[in-house]
Amino acid sequence: MAIEKIFKDDASEEKGERARMASFVGAIAITDLVKTTLGPKGMDKILQSTGRGHGVTVTNDGATILKSLHIDNPAAKVLIDISKVQDDEVGDGTTSVVVLAGELLREAEKLVATKIHPMTIISGYRMAAECARNALLQRVVDNKENAEKFMSDLMKIAMTTLSSKILSQDKVHFAQLAVDAVMRLKGSTNLEAIQIIKKPGGSLRDSFLDEGFILDKKIGLGQPKRIENAKILVANTAMDTDKVKIYGARVRVDSMSKVAEIEGAEKEKMREKVQKIIAHGINCFVNRQLIYNFPEELFADAGILAIEHADFDGIERLALVTGGEIASTFDNPESVKLGHCKLIEEIMIGEDKLIHFSGVEMGQACTIVLRGSSHHVLDEAERSLHDALCVLSQTVNDTRVLLGGGWPEMVMAKEVDELARKTPGKKSHAIEAFSRALVAIPTIIADNAGLDSADLVTQLRAAHHKEGCNAGIDVISGSVGDMAELGISESFKVKQAVLLSATEAAEMILRVDEIITCAPRKREDRM
Amino acid sequence: MALAFDEYGRPFIILKEQDQKTRLRGIEAQKANIAAGKAVARILRTSLGPKGMDKILQSPDGDVTITNDGATILEQMDVDNQIAKLLVELSRSQDYEIGDGTTGVVVMAGALLEQAERLLECGIHPIRIAEGYEMASKIAVEHLVHISQKFDFGAANIEPLVQTCMTTLSSKIVNRCKRHLAEISVKAVIAVADLERKDVNLDMIKVEGKVGGKLEDTELIYGITVDKDMSHPQMPKQIEDAKIAILTCPFEPPKPKTKHKVEIDTVEKFQTLRLQEQKYFDDMVQKCKDVGATLVICQWGFDDEANHLLMNRNLPAVRWVGGVELELIAIATGGRIVPRFQELTPEKLGRAGMVREKSFGTTKDKMLYIEHCANSRAVTIFIRGGNKMMIEETKRSIHDALCVARNLIRNNAIVYGGGSAEISCSIAVEAAADKYPGVEQYAIRAFADALDSVPMALAENSGLQPIETLSAVKSQQIKDNNPHYGIDCNDVGTNDMRQQDVFETLIGKQQQILLATQVVKMILKIDDVISPSEY
Repeated sequence: MAIEKIFKDDASEEKGERARMASFVGAIAITDLVKTTLGPKGMDKILQSTGRGHGVTVTNDGATILKSLHIDNPAAKVLIDISKVQDDEVGDGTTSVVVLAGELLREAEKLVATKIHPMTIISGYRMAAECARNALLQRVVDNKENAEKFMSDLMKIAMTTLSSKILSQDKVHFAQLAVDAVMRLKGSTNLEAIQIIKKPGGSLRDSFLDEGFILDKKIGLGQPKRIENAKILVANTAMDTDKVKIYGARVRVDSMSKVAEIEGAEKEKMREKVQKIIAHGINCFVNRQLIYNFPEELFADAGILAIEHADFDGIERLALVTGGEIASTFDNPESVKLGHCKLIEEIMIGEDKLIHFSGVEMGQACTIVLRGSSHHVLDEAERSLHDALCVLSQTVNDTRVLLGGGWPEMVMAKEVDELARKTPGKKSHAIEAFSRALVAIPTIIADNAGLDSADLVTQLRAAHHKEGCNAGIDVISGSVGDMAELGISESFKVKQAVLLSATEAAEMILRVDEIITCAPRKREDRM
Repeated sequence: MALAFDEYGRPFIILKEQDQKTRLRGIEAQKANIAAGKAVARILRTSLGPKGMDKILQSPDGDVTITNDGATILEQMDVDNQIAKLLVELSRSQDYEIGDGTTGVVVMAGALLEQAERLLECGIHPIRIAEGYEMASKIAVEHLVHISQKFDFGAANIEPLVQTCMTTLSSKIVNRCKRHLAEISVKAVIAVADLERKDVNLDMIKVEGKVGGKLEDTELIYGITVDKDMSHPQMPKQIEDAKIAILTCPFEPPKPKTKHKVEIDTVEKFQTLRLQEQKYFDDMVQKCKDVGATLVICQWGFDDEANHLLMNRNLPAVRWVGGVELELIAIATGGRIVPRFQELTPEKLGRAGMVREKSFGTTKDKMLYIEHCANSRAVTIFIRGGNKMMIEETKRSIHDALCVARNLIRNNAIVYGGGSAEISCSIAVEAAADKYPGVEQYAIRAFADALDSVPMALAENSGLQPIETLSAVKSQQIKDNNPHYGIDCNDVGTNDMRQQDVFETLIGKQQQILLATQVVKMILKIDDVISPSEY
């Protein structure tokens, strides 16, 4: 008698080898997809959204690419998830983590084909990952004590990160920008304080870091365009019509004259509010919400600069920069902390007028103005810069630094290989496979750069046989070079996160022997 | 389908819309049910034990869950078959009652069904089989008590508890740092346990997760974490010796339940209303300040104005805190939940030694830690991990470990794991079978065979020869008269589970056998399945 079906109609179930195959194929497909973007000579992808307007994104940021994909394969979803987490956690290495996890799975697939149990592979991978991490720990450089050296480390890291992005032409310029911006944060990882304004026009090289704060708004009509020693009130309050918030209140009148009276009262109310605000002794008022014509006029009369509709982030940042607090009621002016800055003026960037606050109290925040020829370029530049900023801010907290250019992978691979030789049993195969997966990364970097990867990687391995070698792939000259001399560095924290999450993800996928897909939820019929 | 006709040849309608229903009867029905039950058990079989595999489950919305927790797999599988649903229930009740062994119970039930099928083929009546199973389960449960051991632990000596939790965790993906997690679980349980009454309220343990970081960064916080931040970006991020007002009323003008209208028809009324409104906000904030609160936690949102007033009066506040969290905070800080501002008194404030905001990663992720509370009887386990699925799976594993620790505190009897208890029961049941006259004897023997299926699955999943290993262990148990021999899943080199420190709770094992027997009995008793046909 046939086995009753136990699932709902459209559900599917895949078992054992088939399930494993499905996850391997999915994961490896994802890896192959992002593989070509790895390294300084990696290529970009065009992503076209299915939404309205078919917006186009050009990027080589792994997390962005993967985020935009609509994937049905569960194993692929795991990889996308790790890339997203990598982005949230350290900001960079989003491609590497997926590639490493994919390579680990590719190696695992071979091992499974030779009838090694996935659990054995997992325990081998674990040992290898631990060993690799220790190998990295032994070789890290920590220049926390030496501020000058640390700065140059940061600079190198920023340049390495940026070199694989669209900004690589001006990487020195942008690296300097990023390092300056991060150093202003003084150890906080709150990247909110760094504002990035994108203005099309000019070239990327025209981008600059501004010490003050730039608000992408216009100054109200008839109000002063330049204020020195500004006292700023940052507010979040309704400046259109102040509604009565008591529930159920409504206006009912029986004649036109009454309407006029109420309107008058409303106006009076607004006038009072404006008076109160003015009573704070300010000469600049920034509100998150709209400011209607009437109050704006009142402000103009009082010679106060009123800026409306600054978005929430802008307000928070401005409050942070100027040291004022965000106010919503104005009854006791003495207790509200006002923000200060030396100079507010309208400036022009390209064709747009912006408001520039300079000489602010807290030096923490700053603004980076990006210029570029098109929106796509600017978007990509912002993503790249964001990556660099993330990495730098993490590095400021964890000052350990490694060399780049495939150097860490080779160091790890060497140690892991040694471990494999020492380990008896089937695990040894898995450990070996781990080292092969590590070597795959420099191989891909070389491949993407159009170099002879087989030749280069073997040369590299030979070079690493010597103790304390700094050799890595020099993509520019296409040979093995000294990474320390070339100034290619990476943050230890990023590498560690790549290693650990990739292993974790590979492990997770390897452990699966069955995929059960539920019937897709039916759309409700709206008939 | 059989129809009855009256004298005029019209059919009697017995079931409503009879011809649209499919119906299975008698032995056919039983076989179909057994087949369905077996199919479910087969899915879970490979997840058993430390070398068990995981399953990927894709939900109707396309979300992915990766787990090897039996209850979760079955829950998410969205089964359609009625019998399969019974097994899902079975696993769920094991989860509610014990929290662990959810896979084992289904595998056990599947094995019992498989054995029953053979007996049915011999022509034994299903009720006789069911009765035989019932007797056998009694024997097995008694035998479990016989081979169980008590062990002592106290708040100072938690090592045995940690060992047991480690056994539970070793079958999960988190086994990389099982020691660490087991310690956390045990400490959490000990912190909230009432050792006098031998009771643990697991609601007091909150399990929170956040992606990012390493599994090793998972920590136990003696206090509460809330996934919220201060309502105003400029409020202080750290408060020492906080006195907390816990409110369930919004900082907004009142919204009476009865329908009403405030009519404004003159300018004066408009003015008064405005003043009223202002005063209202002012009063609310002042009230909080007056009772001496230094932190306000509110279940609802704040109006912008109220928010600023709070900021202005230097009263940090947190908004939109969920009901469950609010209760936990109230318990932890010893405060009372206050539904109206008028009822706020100094005694109702909760106390905490330290409240701080902590941010994570590169995004704007913030969490609020409330630590050193007046009542340390509420703890939080904060999980970090590489990805979302990992966190979810860790949460489930921690839940299992917590349940195990709780069960041990309730009843400190243990049996040894690794299939040793099952094998020992199987031997005992087998021996007892001969004493029963009648057909039940066969059923009891079948039960003994079914018990063997758990160690068999363990061996299979560990890549050992199932039959050889099982028979070797079994003969060893009989020869040495030692019930501690089990399957050596981790390839340690010894079969003695006592040396490997693999043990499980007695009640967990007992419950497994009882629940599985019950469900199988229920399935065997069904002889007619009527279901509406597909339309």
